Amino acid sequence: MNVHSFDPVAAVLLIPIGSAALLAILPGYRLTAQLNVVASLATFLSALSLFVIERPPPGPYVLVDDLNIVFIVLNTFVGFTTSIFSASYIAHELETGRLTPVYLRFYHAMYQTMMFGMNLAFVSNNIGLMWVAVEIATLTTVLMVGIYRTHAALEAAWKYFILGSVGIAFALFGTILVYMAARPIVGEGQDGMIWSMLIEHAANFDPALLNVAFVFLILGYGTKVGLAPLHAWLPDAHAEGPTPISAVLSGLLLNVALYALLRFKILLAANPAAIAPGPLMVTMGLLSLVFAAFMLYRRRDIKRLFAYSSIEHMGIIVFAFGMGGPLANFAGLLHMVMHSLTKSAIFFAVGHISQIKGTQRISRIRGLTATHPALGWGLVMGVVAIAGMPPLGLFMSEFLIVSSTFARQPLLAIVLVFGLLLAFGALMLRLTSVAFGEPRGSTKSAEASYVPMFAHLSLVLMAGLYLPAPLVVWFQHVARILG
Amino acid sequence: MHSLDFDISHMLAGGLVLISFMMLYQDRLYSLLNVFALHALVLALSVAWQAFVQDAPHLYVTAAIALVFKAIVIPVALHRIVKQLGIHRDIESAVGIGPTMLAGMGLVALSMVLMLRVTPEADPLAREDLAFALSVVLLGLLVMVTRRNAVSQVVGFMSLENGLVLAATGAKGMPLVVEISVAFSILIAFIVIGIFLFRIRERFDSVDVSALDDYRGERR
Repeated sequence: MNVHSFDPVAAVLLIPIGSAALLAILPGYRLTAQLNVVASLATFLSALSLFVIERPPPGPYVLVDDLNIVFIVLNTFVGFTTSIFSASYIAHELETGRLTPVYLRFYHAMYQTMMFGMNLAFVSNNIGLMWVAVEIATLTTVLMVGIYRTHAALEAAWKYFILGSVGIAFALFGTILVYMAARPIVGEGQDGMIWSMLIEHAANFDPALLNVAFVFLILGYGTKVGLAPLHAWLPDAHAEGPTPISAVLSGLLLNVALYALLRFKILLAANPAAIAPGPLMVTMGLLSLVFAAFMLYRRRDIKRLFAYSSIEHMGIIVFAFGMGGPLANFAGLLHMVMHSLTKSAIFFAVGHISQIKGTQRISRIRGLTATHPALGWGLVMGVVAIAGMPPLGLFMSEFLIVSSTFARQPLLAIVLVFGLLLAFGALMLRLTSVAFGEPRGSTKSAEASYVPMFAHLSLVLMAGLYLPAPLVVWFQHVARILG
Repeated sequence: MHSLDFDISHMLAGGLVLISFMMLYQDRLYSLLNVFALHALVLALSVAWQAFVQDAPHLYVTAAIALVFKAIVIPVALHRIVKQLGIHRDIESAVGIGPTMLAGMGLVALSMVLMLRVTPEADPLAREDLAFALSVVLLGLLVMVTRRNAVSQVVGFMSLENGLVLAATGAKGMPLVVEISVAFSILIAFIVIGIFLFRIRERFDSVDVSALDDYRGERR
């Protein structure tokens, strides 16, 4: 392909949707699983090329700026590694008969459709289109959560569908209100939906309307982010779907909703008369953190445990963005990237573990480091990272969030630290019982692909030890955009 | 002339709120479905009137989708599902009618106060429409939370989406992309729901969602 005619944005969208169509008709699991990996790799490479190729100017539908490029690259990277994990995971599901070849074909097509929806949400410059894209991504994951057709899977999918739809309905109402606020200033028609147009004129919008819009948007997209008290769908959906889907739900889909929220936060911050979005986000963030930290103690299902840990971390991230300012935004951004990498690595490990042991109950899993050293130590490293211990990347971002909060709002920092310590205790308690002690359950060897898990973990370790200077500069720049 | 435009759109939007109230006290599935069909019919009229008043021909498409798809196709299909599942006799509200109606009135008052207060400068047509639309959305939500049956939850959700369509058409000049997407999402939603209803039936011999609770992962 000629370099000048290569359009990375189109590639990021067309490769997933094209391969979804192809995967829907191709038979044979080995071929389709490989094709899924190849398509995801091609999407990732196209996303990477956004760094070097000149970006398209903001159009009515597409926008690539410094903020969303981080999200796109992270999204396609985790999508790619998860497709590798998925290939080795799904082979086992086929052997044990939990999935049939027909469902598998459906699964792969849906996987790529979901990637399409998420990428579309990131690149869209039109708040209506963004809403549609988030909806596509949600519906595909609903179908995949219910794919096992068991009681629990159907219940989880139903709950996810209903709560997700109500959330997305609120988000649409908020979007309509934003358009109503924009119409007298920007004019009728499409311009009132284009984000880059909106941000230019946001200072003149009617603040009261914008305030109400943001409340609806935070309720709507916040349901997707999994903020307490709107999180009820999240643990079930994570626990009952196939593990690769748990990994992308936790690592990616929550980010998509968060990204949508951040776009509107920037819009609101540009209007001096509107309410500050910060306090609302800080409150919901802290509530999610403390609530999830308490809930961690009562979990008996290993995937549910890490689902609650996702709520906890999304709480921390929303808190950081709610605090605002260059340092907190920087830390929030770093924390988001680190959480995506670490949490998906943990789900990779958990997926293989639950396949070997044939159960997700924590009490039936013991002594992993003795019987399955690679998996066991991978899990140990992942949990140590997610609990925020040095020298891993999440320690650094949590340290930045805590210290910047102490400097500005010491009282909030106390709540934050309390939540962090509480979650730390719960995770360590569960980790020691799962990873060490007398082995229990099946000890057969794992046919696992360890590459994705250790690739993620080594990135997290590297980020904890040393952040490359260009990356720091980039993130600082994005943190300033976020205001 | 302006005041007639205003009165008719006001009447239609107010009618939608009234029909949302009627949904709250239906305790048979068939009658709930009939009321929903009426809801969609009034929505179609309201959207068509907006198309006429705003001189926006593309809104007629939205009106037609509401009429054909939501007032006819979906209610008929749901009728058939209810018949096949044999649940038409079910009386299934989780909360009594009195408290539900009171809650509904509270929600309508809330949305009036909220919307009329924040939109003093918007043009009156859009302004009142928006207040009614939010009422319909909140009443749809109330239908969803006061029902235990999956079919009536779906009906509640669709009436909620009707409120969104009302809001979108009231926002003058809003691009078509959103209206089509709303209609489209309902289509997808219906397919998904259809699949799930049959699957739930297969597994549980019932579409009572409370039957599902027993299987929640951690209760046992």
